[in-house]
Amino acid sequence: MQTTRRGFIKATGLAFGTSLAYGLATQSEAFALDASPDWKLVNTEECTNICCYCAGGCGSLCSVRDGELISVEGDPDHPISQGGLCAKGASMFQLRNVVDEKTRKVIPNPGRLTRPMVRRPGASDWEEISWDEAVTSIARKVKDTRDATFVEVDQGVVANRCDGMASLGGSQQNCEEDYAIVKTMRTLGIVALDNQARV
Amino acid sequence: MTNHWCDLQNADVFLTCGSNNVENHPISSKWVQKALDKGATWIVVDPRYTRSAACADIYCPIRAGTDIAFYGGMFNYIVKNGLMQKEYVANYTNASYLIDPDFSFDVNTGLFSGWDEGKKAYATTTWGYQTAEVVGPDTSATGAFSWTTADGVPEFTPPSNKVAKKDPTLEDPQCVFQVFKRHYERYDLDTVCSICGMDRETLELVYKTYCATGSPEKSGTIMYALGQTQHHYGTQNTRALTLVQLLLGNVGVAGGGVNALRGEPNVQGATDLAMLVYDFPGYMKWPTVQKYPSLRTWMETETASDGYYTNKPKFFISALKEWFGENATSENDFGYDWLPKIGSNTDLSIIPTFEHMDTGLIKGYWLWGQNPAHSAPNAKFARQAMSKLDWMVCVDITETETASFWKAPDLDPAAIGTEVYLLPAALIYEKFGTVVNSGRWLQWRNKAVEPFGQCKTDLEICDLLWKEIVGLYKAEGGANPDPILNMKWDYHIDGKIDARSVAMALNGYTTADKKLLGTFGDLKADGSTSCALWIYAGFYANNDAPLDPAQQRIGGRGTEDKGGLGLYQDWAYAWPLNRRIVYNRASADTEGRPWNANRMLVAWDGEKWDTNDVPDFVASTKAGDGTVTPVPPNNKAYFMNWEQNARLMVPSLDMPLPEHYEPFESPTENILNGRQNSPCIKFAEHKSVQRGSKEDYPIAVTTYTLVEHWQSGSQTRNTPVLVEAMPAQFVEISEELAEERGIKNGDRVRVFNNRGSAVLNAFVTCRLRPLAVNGKTVHQIGIPHHWGWAGSLSTGDLVNDLAPNVGDPNCFVPEYKAFLVDIEKV
Repeated sequence: MQTTRRGFIKATGLAFGTSLAYGLATQSEAFALDASPDWKLVNTEECTNICCYCAGGCGSLCSVRDGELISVEGDPDHPISQGGLCAKGASMFQLRNVVDEKTRKVIPNPGRLTRPMVRRPGASDWEEISWDEAVTSIARKVKDTRDATFVEVDQGVVANRCDGMASLGGSQQNCEEDYAIVKTMRTLGIVALDNQARV
Repeated sequence: MTNHWCDLQNADVFLTCGSNNVENHPISSKWVQKALDKGATWIVVDPRYTRSAACADIYCPIRAGTDIAFYGGMFNYIVKNGLMQKEYVANYTNASYLIDPDFSFDVNTGLFSGWDEGKKAYATTTWGYQTAEVVGPDTSATGAFSWTTADGVPEFTPPSNKVAKKDPTLEDPQCVFQVFKRHYERYDLDTVCSICGMDRETLELVYKTYCATGSPEKSGTIMYALGQTQHHYGTQNTRALTLVQLLLGNVGVAGGGVNALRGEPNVQGATDLAMLVYDFPGYMKWPTVQKYPSLRTWMETETASDGYYTNKPKFFISALKEWFGENATSENDFGYDWLPKIGSNTDLSIIPTFEHMDTGLIKGYWLWGQNPAHSAPNAKFARQAMSKLDWMVCVDITETETASFWKAPDLDPAAIGTEVYLLPAALIYEKFGTVVNSGRWLQWRNKAVEPFGQCKTDLEICDLLWKEIVGLYKAEGGANPDPILNMKWDYHIDGKIDARSVAMALNGYTTADKKLLGTFGDLKADGSTSCALWIYAGFYANNDAPLDPAQQRIGGRGTEDKGGLGLYQDWAYAWPLNRRIVYNRASADTEGRPWNANRMLVAWDGEKWDTNDVPDFVASTKAGDGTVTPVPPNNKAYFMNWEQNARLMVPSLDMPLPEHYEPFESPTENILNGRQNSPCIKFAEHKSVQRGSKEDYPIAVTTYTLVEHWQSGSQTRNTPVLVEAMPAQFVEISEELAEERGIKNGDRVRVFNNRGSAVLNAFVTCRLRPLAVNGKTVHQIGIPHHWGWAGSLSTGDLVNDLAPNVGDPNCFVPEYKAFLVDIEKV
């Protein structure tokens, strides 16, 4: 049976409403596929995403089954990339899941962090901690440093600056996250704020 | 990029200089190829015969760090051979403006007029225009400053416009064009060849081929990246290529432009949002104690005397209103005093940050997905400085070299007292939100799966920490809690922080009834509008479905190509105002006729403007009663500048015209003027820099990246398929150098200088050749810098330990692309 990607989603009776919400309702009929029963994308839902490497902004399609990522491939409707992805873009799936060399089963990428950790002064390894503990102790350290290094008035001008902290990074995050970072870091009084734009 | 990826198909000639677009921005190839299929020509100028060079029509080697000599020679060639697009230059640039008669450049000292040796800085007063008349601000009902008299607008004095004296014939010896012409007479073909290590025949072919785009109907584009910018005169490198584009009439046209191929997925967004020391979101200035002690001084200093930036306070005050919400009032200057002000210590970008850690000024360090223990220049010094921190918070997806800096081979963890928190972040397909590509397209990422393990989005991490910090200040007080307690943090939907809510804040809305705004033209300076980032206004403005990104402009997936130029107006949203090619007024002549009818962006039909793209100029005016009146063509093609013309010459910090200086560590002497380095180089005085001489370290090196890996490798070196494709690091060495040093292909070699040392595999290749520079042979080597000790699949030595931590005075970019080392067989 030859069918289109969009037709296939309908034919398998998946929640098409979800795809509509993801904006795929206007998807073209450009992607004809053979829906054989062992096709890896059987019974998957799709959503669109954008590549995490250079600033090409190439489109990707993420296929999900039972809440787990099954595949990442190029988005054929994307006007810039037209379905193509480079070596890095085509490997984005492996940032989350990889094939275990011994068992040949798909497993979570072991290089990925899974939980908060702390390295104590003088220690030579990490300690696992809970999110609660991480948040509580970071907030305390931030407050102590801010209180100790805050400059409220400088040269007779209200400065409200914290010289004791710096913040770096932002080119990896989405814009909404960047604004949250800028807003919180600046409001703490940080002026040494920078990102990957120079390096 | 002034243009965008799909627009590359419209070019007649490509110049890849300072990038390796095939390898590092592979999607560019698709669009370059479409142009080549139509007969375009492709030139690559690069120290290495790159994968881009392999695809190009013409390859010209260049010594790393000599771009200004190369472009200066091109200016001279254009002027001498009458290849300039004269109507464009005379009308749309400041070529006709008369410069102060005291302006000068001294070839013997390599200094422009106004140098202050004590301050190590220029007074730029002699670099400005001669004034014809001073026109006061027009606050009448139809004037540019009419809005300043409205209720609620903070009181300030709008600036007067110093209209420059001009000579439209371009003959006056003090006009910018004549000053420019004289300045580059020294940049003749033989001098350029000697400096850059080029042969004259190839150089002439490059100049001839590229400068053919000075013909009005032709378009040429220059694709550049960090090879151009990462020098202590990187800003001037970029200005130099911009000047080439202006002289040839290539800016604002389809297939032209000034196209920075940006390397991180949302570096454009991070720049728009001003994750930079001196910037305020939306390309405005961050407050400082000395220059902007009050909102009034900010407005009086930053408001332009003419052009679109006469409106700037509307954008700034709307942003303050978003920042502090109802706590921002006209009585308290919209909370201006709560923003932190930069003081006398202005060295706060990435390079000097480590000096401040070293001296103990900076005690806490936040890292949001960045890895400076690997990627900072002189990274070894950066790691030593980090070891003096009290604490560090790292938000990342893998254990980077920065998170584990205390595990560095050259440090002893027992001696390091830094507490390091490593917080696991979500991947791009584990969250939703906006990302901005190099062509300024805002695109929406949809969430496919829940974050892995206990990972959280950066947004949620920020929210958790912020709420905890606010709680502490509420409970305990502390150093002035006012900024913290008055900041607005209302981005929750159903009790959970939500990117859609932040998107609305970025887009802007009316303060009273929260109606999303369709354009920044609706922003006000009286507190009645709230907008975090004025340039994005319109991207998320559908009030009928505020929670559905698919029904916003950013969610648009229309693939119709109206006009056939690849503008794809209905796909996502390009800032500003969905404009796909900025400065597009310059695509047509002074009568509004497109230079090339087949590449029409805007055209005046005698009564109104026909458009394929959103006009980047005042195409019409709207009266109070809603009547729209078209504005006939004029020469105001660059209305974001107060002159409303592009600038061939500009009173920037370090030079009014790009002048050639040698890299900080150079294998030769500067033969174009009497000064070796730019007098305005930053951070060279720091002890940590440990400058090396050409006698001790005779080999020039340039660093670069590969298609299989990315930046510090913290993602790609944890991706099995990519490690399989490119398993280990190497250094590219010419056959001649290899023979001289007894190195064979595959040998282990040590590359070193005063700052660091890296042991690498030797890759002996003909892709690099020795160059004849100023009468001597110069060897260049190339090293990709993706490797480090972290990760388990592929590790290696840190190449960025070798790079000098000096920078550019305008933007503080480090000089990674040209420095000195020596090499020996291990």
